[in-house]
Parts: sequence; C-alpha cells; structure tokens
Amino acid sequence: MSFFVEVLVGGLLAGVMYSLVALGFVLIYKASGVFNFAQGAMVFAAATTYAGLVGLGWSGWLAFAASLAVMVLFALATERFVLRPLVNQPQISLFMATIGLTFVLEGVAQGVWGAEVRGLDLGIPDSPLELKGILISKFDLVAAATAGGLVVVLAIFFQRTRVGRALRAVADDHQAALSVGIPLERIWALVWAAAGAVALVAGLLWGSRLGVQFALTQVALKALPVLILGGFTSVAGAIVGGLTIGASEKVAEVYLGPLIGGGIENWFPYVLALLFLLVRPDGLFGEKRIERV
Amino acid sequence: MRTRTRGWSEAAALLVALGLSAPAIAQNEQFIPMPSYRQGPYAAGGTSIYGGFIDYLNLLNMRDGGLNGVKLTWEECETEYKPDRGVECYERLKGKGPTGASVFNFLSTGITYAVIGKATQDKIPLLTMAYGRTDASDGRVFPYVFPMLTNYWSLNTDIVRFIGQKEGGMDKLKGKKIVHLYLGVAYGKEPNAIFQKQAEKYGFEAKLVEVPAPGTEQQAQWLEIRQYKPDWVILTGFGVMTPASLKGAARVGFPMDHIVGNFWSGSEEDTEPVGAAAKGYISAALNPPGKDIKVIQEIERVVYAAGKGNMVNKARIGSVFYNRGVLTGIMTVEGIRVAQGKFGKKPLTGEQVRWGLENIKIDDARLTQLGAPGFIQPLKVSCADHEAGGAVKFQQWDGTKWKIISDWIQADKSLVRPMIEESAMKYAKENNITPRDCSKEG
Amino acid sequence: MIYREAGQFRTTYAADERIFPITQDRVAMAILLVVAFVVVPLTASSYALTALLVPMLVLALAALGLNILTGYAGQFSLGTAAFMSVGAFAAYNFQLRVPGIPLLVTFALAGAVAAGVGLVFGLPSLRIKGFYLAVATLAAQFFVDWLFTKVGWFSNDSPSGTITAQPMVIAGFPIDTPARRYLLVLSIVSVLALVAKNLSRTATGRAWMAVRDMDVAAEVIGIPILRTKLIAFGISSFYCGVAGALWAFAYLGTVEPQAFDLQRSFQILFMVIIGGLGTVMGAFLGAAFILLFPLFLNWVLHLVVRGELRPGLASQLELVCFGALIIFFLVVEPHGLARLWQITKEKLRLWPFPH
Repeated sequence: MSFFVEVLVGGLLAGVMYSLVALGFVLIYKASGVFNFAQGAMVFAAATTYAGLVGLGWSGWLAFAASLAVMVLFALATERFVLRPLVNQPQISLFMATIGLTFVLEGVAQGVWGAEVRGLDLGIPDSPLELKGILISKFDLVAAATAGGLVVVLAIFFQRTRVGRALRAVADDHQAALSVGIPLERIWALVWAAAGAVALVAGLLWGSRLGVQFALTQVALKALPVLILGGFTSVAGAIVGGLTIGASEKVAEVYLGPLIGGGIENWFPYVLALLFLLVRPDGLFGEKRIERV
Repeated sequence: MRTRTRGWSEAAALLVALGLSAPAIAQNEQFIPMPSYRQGPYAAGGTSIYGGFIDYLNLLNMRDGGLNGVKLTWEECETEYKPDRGVECYERLKGKGPTGASVFNFLSTGITYAVIGKATQDKIPLLTMAYGRTDASDGRVFPYVFPMLTNYWSLNTDIVRFIGQKEGGMDKLKGKKIVHLYLGVAYGKEPNAIFQKQAEKYGFEAKLVEVPAPGTEQQAQWLEIRQYKPDWVILTGFGVMTPASLKGAARVGFPMDHIVGNFWSGSEEDTEPVGAAAKGYISAALNPPGKDIKVIQEIERVVYAAGKGNMVNKARIGSVFYNRGVLTGIMTVEGIRVAQGKFGKKPLTGEQVRWGLENIKIDDARLTQLGAPGFIQPLKVSCADHEAGGAVKFQQWDGTKWKIISDWIQADKSLVRPMIEESAMKYAKENNITPRDCSKEG
Repeated sequence: MIYREAGQFRTTYAADERIFPITQDRVAMAILLVVAFVVVPLTASSYALTALLVPMLVLALAALGLNILTGYAGQFSLGTAAFMSVGAFAAYNFQLRVPGIPLLVTFALAGAVAAGVGLVFGLPSLRIKGFYLAVATLAAQFFVDWLFTKVGWFSNDSPSGTITAQPMVIAGFPIDTPARRYLLVLSIVSVLALVAKNLSRTATGRAWMAVRDMDVAAEVIGIPILRTKLIAFGISSFYCGVAGALWAFAYLGTVEPQAFDLQRSFQILFMVIIGGLGTVMGAFLGAAFILLFPLFLNWVLHLVVRGELRPGLASQLELVCFGALIIFFLVVEPHGLARLWQITKEKLRLWPFPH
C-alpha cells in the first residue's frame, strides 16, 4: 500500500512540473488566442541564457534578472514583428508563426551559447525525504511550492486587476477589444513577457533536473495532455490537469505497464485526456464554446 | 506547382555539379565525407566527436603533410541525426573529391540502416564504429559495413563480465538480480536478447525496464527498481535519458557504483548536470578519456597552438566524446593507410578503402607508432569478422572527471558470434544476398 | 496579355466543368507533365532524383492527405506520421507474408489498412474540435509508435525493431535505379493528386467544406456529419498510408518507428499550412519549401562562408533563417504560398494592364 502512495505522491509532484510548463501555454492562449508552439523553445532559451551567464561567472540573482530581461525583449520583438502583422488572421496561421519562432529561438540560443549540456545547480538538494516509509523528493516539493505560488499570483492578476480584465477581453475578441480602446499591442507584449517569465522558472526547475540541453524543448510535449484535460484557457485547469496527468501516468506505468509490456507513459496521458474530452469537449475548466448558426 | 520544385532541383543539381568540378584542380587529395550533427538533441556529443575527428585530420595534414603525402580533405553536412537528412548528405557527398568519398561514418544507427543498401551498391564502405547494425559484424553478408571495435551485443557481455568480476567471479552471479534500464528505441532494445541469454547461462535474474523516449521522466521506472531491489542496473541510454536516470537513482537512493552504463551513456555531458550526486557511476569506455595520451597532446601542440583547433570550448579537449572523435579519425585513416599499402600512395576509391578497412591490424607496436598506447584495443579485422574487437575498458566518475578502473575486458564471443551469424543469414535470405566465401578472398 | 481568356468559348457543360478551363492552363499543365515524366528522369542527376525529388513527392502526397483532412474538412490532426507509419509497416508485412503479391496492390492495401486505423482515431472528432482534436490525435501518434516498437510481429522480430523494405518489382520489371523510383513515385502521386482535386469538386468535397466552415449549420441543412468526417479521416489516412509505404520502399529503404515521429507530423502540417490550406497545389509548394529550403540554406551557407564561421554556427544560422522565412511568408500571405501563386495568376491575366 505504501508503494502505491509513493507512486501516487511522486506522480502528483511530477504533474506539478508539467503544469508549470502548461501555465505558459494557458497565459498566451487565454490572452491572444494563439497556441504558442514556441513555449518549449522559450523554456530552453531562458534556461540556456541563465546557465550561460552563470557559467560566465555572474551571480545567480543577476543572471536571473538578465534572463528575465532577455525574455521580455523577446516578447516585445515577437509582438512587434510577428503578432502585430498577423492580427485577426486564422488561428492556424498564428500557430504556424509560433513554429517559425521556435526555430529562430532554438537557433539563436544555441548559436550564442553553444550546443553543450550544462548543469544547473539551484542549491536544492535532490535527496529523498522519508515520511512514514514513503519516499518524497525535496526537489519536487520545492517545485510544487513554486508552481503553487505562481498560480496564486497569476489567478489574482487575472481576476482582480484591470490589466487582467483587459487580457480576458482581448482573448474573447480582438476587434471588439480594440474598438473599446484596449491597447492590444501592449497587452500582448505583457502577456508574452509573463509567459516568458513562467518559461524561465520552468526552465530553471527542469534544467536543474535534466541539465540544460536541447531536450528541454521537448518538455512542452508533456504539457499538452495537461492542456487538453484542464482546458486551454484555465490557469486552475493547468494545475488540476497537471496533477491528474502526472499521477495517472505514473500509476498506470507501474501497475498497468507490466501487463502490456511497459513503456506506456508516452501515450497513456493522451488516451486518458482523449477519453475525458469525449465527456467534456472543452476540457475540465475550459471555456465552453457556444456555437451559433 | 511542379515548375517551382523543378527550379529548385535543377538549380541544386547545377550548383552541385559546379561544386564537384572545383576540386578536380587539386589532385593529390583523399576526400573524407563528414556528415555531422551539430544541431538537435545530440548536438553536444556531436560537437565534441566531430571536433576530435577534424582535429586529428588537421594534425596529420599539418604535422605530417597528410597521409604519405596525400592531403586529407573533408566536408561537413548537417544531418540532425535524421535518416532522411542523412540520405541527402550521403548522396551529396559521395562523389566529391578526385576519387569519390572514401568512407562514411554517420554516428547514427538509423541513418546507417537507411544507407546500407545504397552504399553497398555504390561501393563505398560504412565505418559504423561502436554502433549500427550489430549483425553487420558478419562481413560475409555485409562486405561494406564495419561495426568496428565493439558492437552492442559484445558490449553487453563485457558489462556482465565486469559485473561478475566485481562480484568475485562469474559463478557468484547466480541468484543475483540485474536490471536492464533502456531507452525505448531501436538502439536501447538491441542488447535485450543477449542479456536474457546470459541470464540463462549464468543464472542471474534479468529484468527489463523500458524508458519511453526521450527519457525525461523516469520516476515510475526508478520506483519500480527500488521495489525490485536489484544488485546491479545496466543503463543503455543516450542524450537526456542518462542524466535523468542518474537523478532518478539518486532520488530513490540507489547506489551509483552499482549502475553500469554503456559507452554512449558515459560522458561528461551525462554526469556534469548531475554533479556530485553521480559520484561512483561506472560506465563502459570504448576509449580512455583524458589528455595524458600522446596523440591528444600532439593535437594540442600542433593544431591548437596554430589556432586551427575545431573545438570552441577547449575545456572539452580530452573529454570522452572528444577522444572518441580522435579514435574515429585514427581508425578511418588507418583503413586508408592500409589500403595505400596495397594500391599505392595516391587518392583511393571507396572500394580500395574498403579493402584497407578489412585488413586493419592493430597491435601494441602500431599503437605506439600512432601515439596511442592503451587507447585502442588490439584488433585484427578480417573478411568474416568486421567487428574485430569486442572489448571495452571501464571508467568511473569521481565527481569531476572520468577515471579508468579496469583493463580491456573481452567479450563472450562464443555467445555473441552465433547470434550475429543467425541474424545476418536471415537478412541475407530476406534480401537475396549470397554471402561471400572468405576463404576465396585475399 | 498572353494569359487572357478572350476568345475561348465553352460550348458544352463538360468543357465548363474542367479542372483547367483556360487553354493556356491546359498547355502549361501538359508541358509540366512532359517535363516531369520525360525530361527530368533523363537529365537530372542521381543526387537530385534520390535526395530531392523523391522525398519531396512522397511528402507532398502525405501533405495532400492532411490537406484533405485539415484543409477541406477542417479537422485538425497531428497524427499524420502515425498513419504513414501504419502504411509502411503494413506494406512491409504484406510483401513479407503474402508471396507473389503485386507491388501496387501492396501499396493499395497498405493505404486501406491505414484508412482503417484513421477511421478509429477519427471517431473522437465527432465530439472534439479545433486544437483539442489536434492534441487528441497525438494519442494516435504515440500509441502507434509504441505499438510498433513493442510488438515484434510487425517488424518480423528484428532485434532493433527496424524493417528493411524488400526490393520493388512490378510485373517482373525491377525498380532499382533512381530514375525508375522517381517515375514510380511520380505516377502514383499524380494519380492521387488528380483524385484529390476531383474529390474537392464532388458532393462529398462540398460537404467537407460545409463542415469546415460551420459544422452546426451543415448538420442543420442535412449533411450527415458522422459519415462526412469519418470519410475525410479515412481518405486522408489512405493517402498518408500510401505515402508511408512509398517512403519506406522508394526512398529510405528501411523504416524504424522513430522515422515517423511527432516531428514528422509537425513537418507535414507545416507543409500544408505554408503551402496553403485547401489547395492541391499548396501541398506541393509546401513540400518543396519545407524540404528543399533547409537544404538550400545549408548548401548556400557552405558555399558562402566556407570555414570562416565558428563550427556549428552554420547549422544554427540555417535554423534561424528558416524560422524567419516562415514568419516572413506568413506575414506576407497568411493563406500560404498557393494563394500567392493565385494572386500572381490573377495579375497575369490583366498584365500589362493595371486593372
């Protein structure tokens, strides 16, 4: 029984790491209706910048601030050169544009900092904590706390501030928001900068786990089932979805896996999310779309 | 619309033809194609390996004026580790140089599989050192493929023998539990069959645990391992899987010095992200790391001093992958040198280089000549045996660098060779190939 | 001036309903076909045939398939590579286990198997829409990947899970030179492209477009949604399956499950988007762009900056240029290259007059 709890807890904590990445997607989709394929590349670029600066001798906090600044600059550039010319174009064109962004980011990050694998030491020990015979990773607990904090901040932001309301208006309808006088460009730049900040935090945590290397871009794939389950437009959904996916994935791998041959972790979350979508086609917390003729 | 595509292909073809005509002016050159990956998930390793390879070629050109007076030239082509890019690079580079490409080395099993048919038809050898189609070790069915030094099946027997050594003898393996933790791709699955065969032979319990690619998440697998309580874990990973595995082990408190990785899971790129927690991790070493090998020192002395070094990050000189690149260079050039012995000291065709590769003989005397004593295992390639070696050394991570902890451990050929021949014959039957009769060849 | 319709009168319904109603278009198409079928195999180098044209055509076929699903029927799918994979493995198994089966029948059956799989994974489209459907089709992608790696039967128990495609023979005639492979692929692709174009002009095609534009309305006017969407998935997967089989047999010669990974799905989606959704030409243009441009860049960078760049930087620059170009093309014409071509043609019809 305690083994099951161990797997479950481990899965929940892993799920939190997924939600961190999913948060970036949600932010951008919520505010600009764009599915940002470049989120994985942003995680990679942010982590690489941080690790590169630390490697040059900069202190941790300075490197963090500088990486954040880089992500903000990236957000501004994206808004100016990619989003503004593509206002009101079909979703799929915007999606494709973010793919172009992915290549640009990957190329620039690797070009400037080189393609090496770098370790990232955040000072958080990875040793296990034993609670009543159950193994919990200290690192995962810190990650969970960070993610939790971020979510709270973002939720307050969206619900309580003027800018948050403006963001929700923009997500609903670009043209309507423009006609009411909401400065579309500034809102988008803000949202992408926020997503960049989330990407930086995710990049640091994942980079500390896997080393800062190109594979970080693939971490975004882990976030996709989380998004389906939780809904593309909900911050709470990202967390709940993350926890569900993480837990179910690990439990399935350990208990179901050996029956079918193992290695089911890659497709199980998708199948689960798919089954879920059949019941709720817009995700757990996603906005219900109303279609009118 | 097809006019547009025709425009591209015609332009490309025209420019390729122009590019081909240029080197005809310089005649005394041996062209070595260099399909590389400096982009994508394996770029870190690729940069070091190709850096070492190019540095070695530069060393020969600068210090010795080439190989017996023939200058070595090369051209890189980015494959991104993908089979279709690999095929494109192959087609692009195969005709370059006065006598065509000498030998291809893709450093990727997937690309190798895709190119074997074409290379055999075009008579250009493939040097698939320490990777690739394991059954190509049977040179009778695969005359143009050379999985030299050690293939994955031999490697697995080496690791089991090393574990046996550590336990105090192969008979002590009886009743022990060994897990094979592998990446869920073709490369990772290769050793499973021979692993289970050895379990039967020596009486240990073999458990296979798969990590779905790319291997960033291994929590479930390590919890499973923790429950199973094995004595040893053999790790077959590549890229991001390895540091994730080591971290996973650290989290469940599995002792690092009871994890043995293969030679693609044992480099600085794998252990540095894990840092001190990886101390004690053991891996197979195809070649020793470090700079106290004469040929590496020569490279620094001649090539880097003149500012022609290929590595931007000089701290990586002497790393595991860098040295592997140098090793690749040595084996490639050795094949050409042996071929020159028979066909003359001039630019050679792929077919001639193939003969050279098939007749490589490396003993201690030759190693000293090359400046690499203890760097390469003694070996003799032959018509039937394209692997020729099968041994590896073992190294251990001490927190900051890799240290060799054993001598050459030989493979269990009695177990490996029959499996190779069986698999090669199956391929021959499927593809209507008549195996060569080695007794009839020179 | 040359491209005017003045003086061309269509006197029968059949003439009016042609795919190319204007004579100049028909002439251009005929010339193109002659060049593609006769001139290219005779003059192009083996490099151009093997490494440029064949993969481009095969991927264009897969893009045609995805175009049917996403461009005509509006169902967003990311499982394209999975269906290609099914096609490749099915073709291999048919050739292996059914002695003496004709090659073209193998390809057709492989497509049919892929169509079947496509139907199964298309069922969720009845409930799920948009990006959610795309991510759901990823389930197909990963599941098929896992299945072929895990179950040895599909790869004839090869230790690495890789299959080597058998040599191709049609009616005793071996297809082993680059020119022959090119012609085989070209023929299959041309036929299927024609079919796709005609499909868009049938009732089914129109039903697809109705579903794409607003499926609630389509249902209201009586279009059977279930059947329409499933047919789209089926036919699209058929195309992808044949493309996968061709990829294995006519291009690479071997297939490992990783050749048809998520990257490949994305690549084909990019082709369709960049080329232009909902057009047959867009599939070809997109394939040419996505496949040949990186090679062209790689090539140009080598020629221009031979050795002067830090090693590895050339590869990164390639990536950056490619990404920037994608964004550039999208900004210039969000509806893809095919639309650019269409606008060019329209301007040509007026040239040299401004309007």
